[in-house]
Amino acid sequence: MDYTPHTPQDLEAMLAKVGAKDLRDLFHDLPQDLIFPELDLPEPLTEAEMMRSLRELAAKNASAATSFLGGGLRAHYVPAAVVPLAARAEFISAYTPYQPEVSQGLLQAIFEYQTMISELTGLPVSNASLYDGSTALAEGVLLALRETGRNKVLVSQGVHPEYREVLKTYLDAIGAELEEIGLRDGKASSVQVSADVGVVVGANPNFLGAIENLAPLADAAHAAGALFVAVVDALSLAVLKTPGSYGADIAVGEGQPLGNAMAFGGPQFGFMAVRENLVRQLPGRLVAETSDVDGKRGYILTLQAREQYIRRGKAKSNVTTNAQLTALMGAVYLAALGPQGLEEVATRSVVNAHELAKRLTAIPGVRQVTPEPYFCEFVLELPKNPVQVRSELAGRGIHAAVPVPAEYGENLALFAATEVHTKKDLAGLEAALLEVLA
Amino acid sequence: MIAEKKEVNVESPLIFERSVPGRRGVRPPAVLEADLSALLGAENLRPEPPKLPEVDELTLVRHYTGLSRRQLGIDVAFYPLGSCTMKYNPKVHEAAVALFADLHPYQAPETAQGALQLMYELQRDLSEITGMDATTLQPAAGAHGELTGILMIRAYHDSRGEHAGRRLVLVPDSAHGSNPATASMAGYALKEIPSGPDGEVDLEALKRELGPHVAAIMLTNPNTLGLFERRIREIAEAAHAVGAQMYYDGANLNAIMGVARPGDMGFDVVHLNLHKTFTVPHGGGGPGSGPVGVKKHLEPFLPSPQVVQRGETYALDYNRPQSIGRVKSFYGNFGALVRAYAYIRMLGQEGIQKSAALAVLNANYLKELLKEQGYRVPFDRICMHEFVAQPPEGFKTLDIAKGLLEMGFHPPTVYFPLIVKEALMVEPTETETKETLETFAAAMGEILQKGKEWLEGAPYTTPVRRLDELQANRKPKLRWNL
Amino acid sequence: MDYPETLRYSKSHEWARQDGDMIAVGITDYAQDQLGDVVFVELPSVGKTVAAGNSIAVVESVKTASDIYAPVAGEVVEVNAALADKPELLNSSPFEDGWMFKIRPSQPGELDTLMSAAAYRQFVESQ
Repeated sequence: MDYTPHTPQDLEAMLAKVGAKDLRDLFHDLPQDLIFPELDLPEPLTEAEMMRSLRELAAKNASAATSFLGGGLRAHYVPAAVVPLAARAEFISAYTPYQPEVSQGLLQAIFEYQTMISELTGLPVSNASLYDGSTALAEGVLLALRETGRNKVLVSQGVHPEYREVLKTYLDAIGAELEEIGLRDGKASSVQVSADVGVVVGANPNFLGAIENLAPLADAAHAAGALFVAVVDALSLAVLKTPGSYGADIAVGEGQPLGNAMAFGGPQFGFMAVRENLVRQLPGRLVAETSDVDGKRGYILTLQAREQYIRRGKAKSNVTTNAQLTALMGAVYLAALGPQGLEEVATRSVVNAHELAKRLTAIPGVRQVTPEPYFCEFVLELPKNPVQVRSELAGRGIHAAVPVPAEYGENLALFAATEVHTKKDLAGLEAALLEVLA
Repeated sequence: MIAEKKEVNVESPLIFERSVPGRRGVRPPAVLEADLSALLGAENLRPEPPKLPEVDELTLVRHYTGLSRRQLGIDVAFYPLGSCTMKYNPKVHEAAVALFADLHPYQAPETAQGALQLMYELQRDLSEITGMDATTLQPAAGAHGELTGILMIRAYHDSRGEHAGRRLVLVPDSAHGSNPATASMAGYALKEIPSGPDGEVDLEALKRELGPHVAAIMLTNPNTLGLFERRIREIAEAAHAVGAQMYYDGANLNAIMGVARPGDMGFDVVHLNLHKTFTVPHGGGGPGSGPVGVKKHLEPFLPSPQVVQRGETYALDYNRPQSIGRVKSFYGNFGALVRAYAYIRMLGQEGIQKSAALAVLNANYLKELLKEQGYRVPFDRICMHEFVAQPPEGFKTLDIAKGLLEMGFHPPTVYFPLIVKEALMVEPTETETKETLETFAAAMGEILQKGKEWLEGAPYTTPVRRLDELQANRKPKLRWNL
Repeated sequence: MDYPETLRYSKSHEWARQDGDMIAVGITDYAQDQLGDVVFVELPSVGKTVAAGNSIAVVESVKTASDIYAPVAGEVVEVNAALADKPELLNSSPFEDGWMFKIRPSQPGELDTLMSAAAYRQFVESQ
């Protein structure tokens, strides 16, 4: 079934009006030997049939709603109010708010979102969102290279390995040089920043979950005239120092912990906040407050001359569609929880993670690799192949032990705990891992 | 009582202005006994919590419900925004997505076989619809797909030792801005090709620019005037003769979805906007999804990982030594993929081809109606899914757009493409009824009757009227000051 | 539309004026009129060396951004700092307070290769 409303009478009248004898005739400008090919697609379904077939597909998946998986996305609870409010028909079915008089709802919501991200990061200017954490990092680094006019990037190995892969793709494209800062004892080692480096990137907490003091890295960057980018965990900013306070010029990260489903890896949203002087280098949309002809307060897209639909080949980025709806879910989430609720989610996640680490490291052969202090994720060395461990745990109904890439060491697995977990959940994983490793 | 000083008239308070210290909304599970200083290190803690809003749940609900009532979407009104394909987003897709919400990208693949199967089948179906040999689902939006596609072209030339010599990308002057922006991001120099008097790429001008220094031509077909490039095969032949690759910008695929396949016309790379052609909701500007299809010779360069079938099981294949690498973490905007998959399953070949044909019929019908109302159509022949019109002499497009807002419609895309002065780019899509098109055309006529003075003051009754853009640009206030 | 006689003009709508041993550069009345309200001016850094025709600055209005080209070769020795706070000077006083930067020319006589006021007026009117 399709969604076209045309009756046979409509068709007849409309074809007559446009002077076409049939629908095929509308395509007379096209190469006639190519049009209306036979497509190898399954037979069409009704709505009920399609939903049944999707339910069958979904039944081949196991829910990870209380999983202990981490590494960019985690199982946090999304309050029931978030999706119905953010996904209201008026929001979900709107385009980018180019006509501000009829888009005040989204524009105001984005202005509020920008304020919330600014509060979390301790930096004055947030854009309206980017695709995800990894692309926010890539765009942040490109921003810094534009600003400094340099061509070399130093990135800590503490940054998520997939983010670094994405960064490499973007940097290869413009011929910029990427060098890594290795980890020493689970944290970025101190580094000499040469004068050709345009940007230094650190992560807090890093991929191993460890909380790092990034101030020395930021200072080293600034001493060499480079900018500093911090990749941060959105939830951690409820309790940890802001990137703005330890010298970050640009803070980026993944917004999923803030009210977004894991959805097998997407969509969520990437956030980016910067110092005031970088505002004209920002990629993506920005909303500003202004007033209308009657003096009424309103909101509007601003500094559009940065963007591709005006600057074309000289735009700050090609980004157009971003992640507005998922960013709105983030904003609704933050407003739903408030500062105290967010702190409680963070605290319970931290406490659960530390209790889990204590339980799991008591198992013979298991060693904690992540140094103290750490947030709500940590890495363990297991006496057995983590891919196999993850599968055997899944066989017992528990999702845990993300295999960690070999660059960090052999037989490493990442664990996360969040506010959704109970003592029983923690004990359950402990018992299951004990069996699997026995 | 002393009245509070107000500089501007505030009709819609910010969520921060509704905030009251100590008020609470949603409560998370009980907090466990915790000493954060001990666990995280006192020196790592922020001295003050972030100043987030403190509201109860009903205030939260009223706030966002109130905002939504100050917002126009397709579910509210006709939204003929050219090149944006604002078609109906079926409600059942939201139910479909919810079935897959709680999957983690790193869970054991044997526990995510349904998700992987869906992705595998979608890769196959999108390849089939575009006439390509393989498709990646990783890019998060159209422009992201463009970058992915151009980087694959670059990797292909590089693999043949030709990258150093091919530094130029050609785009028509009618192209979307994202095309030149993408070519720049991929490190290419750009050359614009003029459009000829018929609104199509000037083939002779194109041939003059073609040579062994050209990496690719980026084309939108139908182009942004809504016209099908009739010389597409000659263009592709000329490009391939000098070793350049043909890139298809899928922004306008809705006109020919399943009716004519870019792969059959000679394109080597295609990106799709699932949020346009395949009904993923635009969400106020994303999230979208921008899969990229390629011909066989470009397949080795697809981003990693690809979903593959091994016997009875589906798996992620990371063993792709020639891949351009990753363009996004994980595997793409899976939620968007579920919607596109559901759409294709329900429509099948018949529904897909019919939808494209009716999108074209609706556009042509509306074009005739607008001509009757006095609008000019500079390239007047059977158009595809959209057409470009101009207001009658003496009227400004901006005013027409603002007048339409007053009539309850979202205006067409304005001042694009750049090659038509005072352009109104109209794309009605296939999901609109004949009556809606007629009502809209009548409104387009009525606003002309109301006259210039009325138009210059419009809109009048929208949540706000025309806004001061100068103020917003010179000293932009980008956040609320607490 | 003003076309001061004492200035020289480029086809990309910059004006240039001998100012001691330097050459002051700005955009013409016609250019500011075409751009509309200017909201931001991106100026070159002092010390930068440029060739004639190099893109050297950017002028942004609400809906456009235009590159400004160096009309003569040389070294940028001074920029108009007042434009950071008052970009609207380009609209209100394009030839005086709205000057953008000064170049110490490296090619003597290059200024004379630019259009005269009369030639520029004719060029604009033929556009």
